[in-house]
Amino acid sequence: MTPLVVSIAGAIASAVLLLVVFELIRSRRLRERYALLWLLTGVVMLVLSIWRGGLNTIAGWVGITGYPPAVFFAVGLLFTIVVLLHYSMVISKLGDQNTILAQRLALLENALRERDQLEP
Amino acid sequence: MPALNEEHAVGDVVDELRAFDPDLDVLVVDDGSTDRTALVAEQHGARVVRLPFNLGIGGAMQTGFRYAFQAGFDAAVQVDGDGQHDPAELSKLLVPLQEDRADIVVGSRFAGERSYRAPFFRRLGIALFARTISLIARQRVTDTTSGFRAINRRGIALFAADYPHDYPEVEATVMVVRHALRLLEVPVAMRDRAAGRSSITASQSVYYMAKVLLAIFVGLFRRNVVPLKEDQ
Repeated sequence: MTPLVVSIAGAIASAVLLLVVFELIRSRRLRERYALLWLLTGVVMLVLSIWRGGLNTIAGWVGITGYPPAVFFAVGLLFTIVVLLHYSMVISKLGDQNTILAQRLALLENALRERDQLEP
Repeated sequence: MPALNEEHAVGDVVDELRAFDPDLDVLVVDDGSTDRTALVAEQHGARVVRLPFNLGIGGAMQTGFRYAFQAGFDAAVQVDGDGQHDPAELSKLLVPLQEDRADIVVGSRFAGERSYRAPFFRRLGIALFARTISLIARQRVTDTTSGFRAINRRGIALFAADYPHDYPEVEATVMVVRHALRLLEVPVAMRDRAAGRSSITASQSVYYMAKVLLAIFVGLFRRNVVPLKEDQ
C-alpha cells in the first residue's frame, strides 16, 4: 500500500499545479488551448494520489508489486513527455509561420521600395 | 466575412450582400485558403484581406473587427462565408442596432419557429452552451454559436482589442456580458450549406466542448480587457 504521506504530498502537488494553471489562464498568460493538457495532467495526478486503492490496482496490472507509488511517477513522466511533444509540435508550427511572415514582410518592403522609385 | 477554402460559395454570398445593399463595405478575410477563395471574392467586388497563414476563425474575425475599427465604422456584421446565412435577413440584425436597442444582435437559429436540424451531438453541445450562457447573462439565450451577428461601435472597439481564439462565438458572448453590452437575439432562418463542409470534425468536437467550457468558466473570473480607444 502507498504510504499516506506520499499520497498527501502527491495530492498537494497536483492541486498546486491545477491552481497555478488556472491563475495563468485567468491572467491571460496561458491560452486555454495549451492549458488543457496541463489541466488533464493535474486532474489525473490528483485522482491517482487520492484514490489510493486504485493506484494499487493499476500497479498490480502493470506488474509493479514492490512500491505502488512508482505508478504515480510513471504516469507523471508519461504526461510530461506528451506535453513536451505537444510543445515541439507547437514550436515547429510557430517557426514555419515566422518564416512565412519574414518572407512576406521582406517582399512587401521590396515592393514598396520599387513603387517609391517608380513614382517619386 | 471569414472564409477558409470557400471558393464555391463565397462569390454568391458576396453577390447577395451587395444585392441587399450596394453601399455595404464587404470585407472577406481569407484565413489562409489554399484554393481560389480570395480571387473569387475580389472578382465579385469584395475587399479581401489575405492572412499569410491560417489563424483560425477567431484570428480571422478579429482582423475584420480591427479593419472596422480603423475604418471608423459604426456597425459591423459577421456573416459566414459558406452561404448558410441569408443576407436578405441583414436588416433584422441592423435595425435594433440603429435604434440603439442593443450593442450586439445575434441571429439565432433556434429562437424562431423554423427549427434548424443539427447532428445530435452538436445539438447537445449547443443546448449545453445555451443553458450555461443564459445563466451567466441572466437572460434567455438560445444560440451561442451563431456566426451571424451584428455589433455597434462599442462592440467593435471591444472585439478589436481582444477576441477569443479557436472557437470564439461562445466566449465572445461571455465577454459581451462581462462588459455589460446589451445582447439581443433575433430569429433567423438557416439555409443548407451552399458548398463545402463544416470545418468542425467529430474529434474536434470533444476538444471544442472542453476548451469552450473551460474558457466560459475562466472567463467569469478574468479581468476585463480595455476596449480600443478612439485615438489609437
